Amino acid sequence: MSNASQANESAASKDSPHIEVKNLVRAFDDRRVLDGISFKVKRGETLVILGGSGCGKSTLLRHIIGSLKPDSGEIWLMGKEITKMGDDEFSEVRKKFGMLFQGSALLNSITVGENVSLPLQEHTTLSPDIVEIMVKMKTSMVGLSGFENLMPSQISGGMKKRVALARAIAMDPEMLFCDEPTAGLDPVMTAVVDVLINDLCKKLGMTAVVVTHDMASVYRIADHIVMLHKGKVIFEGTSDQIKASKDPIVVQFINGEADGPISFKQTGDDYLKTLLGE
Amino acid sequence: MLGDYMILLGKALRCCLVGPFRRKGPKLVHVIQQMDAIGVQSLGIVCLVVFFVGLVIAMQTANELLKMGTEMYVGRVVGLTMLRELGPLIATIVLGGRCGAAIAAEIGTMKVNEEVEALQIMGIDPVRFLVAPRVLAFTVMAPVLAVIADYVGILGGFILGICSLHLSGWQFITIMMSGLVVKDFVSGIIKSVVFGLLVGSIACYFGYQTEGGAEAVGRSTTMSVVTSIVMIIVADAVMTGIFVYIV
Ligand SMILES: Nc1ncnc2c1ncn2[C@@H]1O[C@H](COP(=O)(O)OP(=O)(O)O)[C@@H](O)[C@H]1O
Ligand SMILES: [Mg+2]
Repeated sequence: MSNASQANESAASKDSPHIEVKNLVRAFDDRRVLDGISFKVKRGETLVILGGSGCGKSTLLRHIIGSLKPDSGEIWLMGKEITKMGDDEFSEVRKKFGMLFQGSALLNSITVGENVSLPLQEHTTLSPDIVEIMVKMKTSMVGLSGFENLMPSQISGGMKKRVALARAIAMDPEMLFCDEPTAGLDPVMTAVVDVLINDLCKKLGMTAVVVTHDMASVYRIADHIVMLHKGKVIFEGTSDQIKASKDPIVVQFINGEADGPISFKQTGDDYLKTLLGE
Repeated sequence: MLGDYMILLGKALRCCLVGPFRRKGPKLVHVIQQMDAIGVQSLGIVCLVVFFVGLVIAMQTANELLKMGTEMYVGRVVGLTMLRELGPLIATIVLGGRCGAAIAAEIGTMKVNEEVEALQIMGIDPVRFLVAPRVLAFTVMAPVLAVIADYVGILGGFILGICSLHLSGWQFITIMMSGLVVKDFVSGIIKSVVFGLLVGSIACYFGYQTEGGAEAVGRSTTMSVVTSIVMIIVADAVMTGIFVYIV
């Protein structure tokens, strides 16, 4: 019985999407920031979530990683529905993913190396030597060998991002979530971080969800793109498809034009109304 | 607000008291680090403040006692006020201003920088990692500092007694001791434990509920100091009432 159900489960998890969001709705004080979002991500694929500032990208990501609960809708990670899970059950799921935060979110009171080793020390019983070797491995994967003993305040923003990436992959997760990994970086460092994310996902076989508003990054890393606008998915497809899209909102966004359907002349009341869909 | 505070306090206490038996207690390294930051590094300032408080009490009362020719009782006055009241009170108020503020600012900044969220995502319980070691260190170090403060405050009075009132050291000490009972000392220690728990948990609470940016961190820090001081005084009044009238 248990064998059969295990076989069932593994068969199901091979065919079913690695990440699936179904009809997700979330409002903050009556403003529907997410208004019926649905998409799927296959195992090993990199999904890019695209959209203007304040359109709810980070909020969507926070729901997927379980730090916010939706008003309605479902989120399936690795074949399990997480929105109604208890803390203990969810902590098992959480061990299987890594997250790169918008502001890196390194702990400032400990060194770079200690930041990377933190998840290992908390969740494994590896001896300090092994942990040290693993930290060296992960820091060299992001091109920062030899920086282990510096404090986060002593390194640049681009390096912090890479350290945060090393920390996110310290436990060899199945899934990687990145919130604007290249925001605030120069074009070269942006490319470096993009290439890193790509390489790591391929090498470690991770499924990735990357939030960004930088089109250069999108073309470099996306297998699949979901674009959000006013709480809805207005585009879903590949890089080639988005380049060919005729939707004026998509066109304006990918070409970075000031004039178009995405208006910047808004009063607070207008903004509220558009968000409420009035 | 009070509800959230109680929940956080409850989680921190459970982590400290039950956690160690389930391998979920605060880490010893963290607790020792905090004990050093909170206790050891506050020792100098606590001693300085409390020494002058002892001296001032001795000066104020010596005048009155001299009028009645009972200046040898100055030791008893200083000893009693230090042990029962001022040792624990001054020590924890200084702790609240120095370390409580630092903790509220530290945790608040971590909250604003998404560091707390990052810990959660890594499956590390922020209460166990951040709050519990600090609350525990406060609760342990407050009585330690209070005992030291007792002695240093009495030393302040002692020096005045010797230098200004020309008492002999022996006289000062024997008269002081004859007026003290164990309860004076113990009640002061119990108070300091409660004060320490209050200051530590209030600082963590205000740090933990910080949301927004740098200015929110500043607000949390101020709120932490103000609330701790008010709560220490209120708790002091309640406990003094209990010790004087009931126990
Ligand atoms: N905790 C919150 N409370 C209220 N409003 C929020 C909260 N988090 C986000 N919002 C609002 O949701 C919208 C989307 O925010 P966010 O997801 O951060 O956008 P972005 O796409 O830039 O990452 C914003 O208008 C923001 O004001
Ligand atoms: Mg964002």
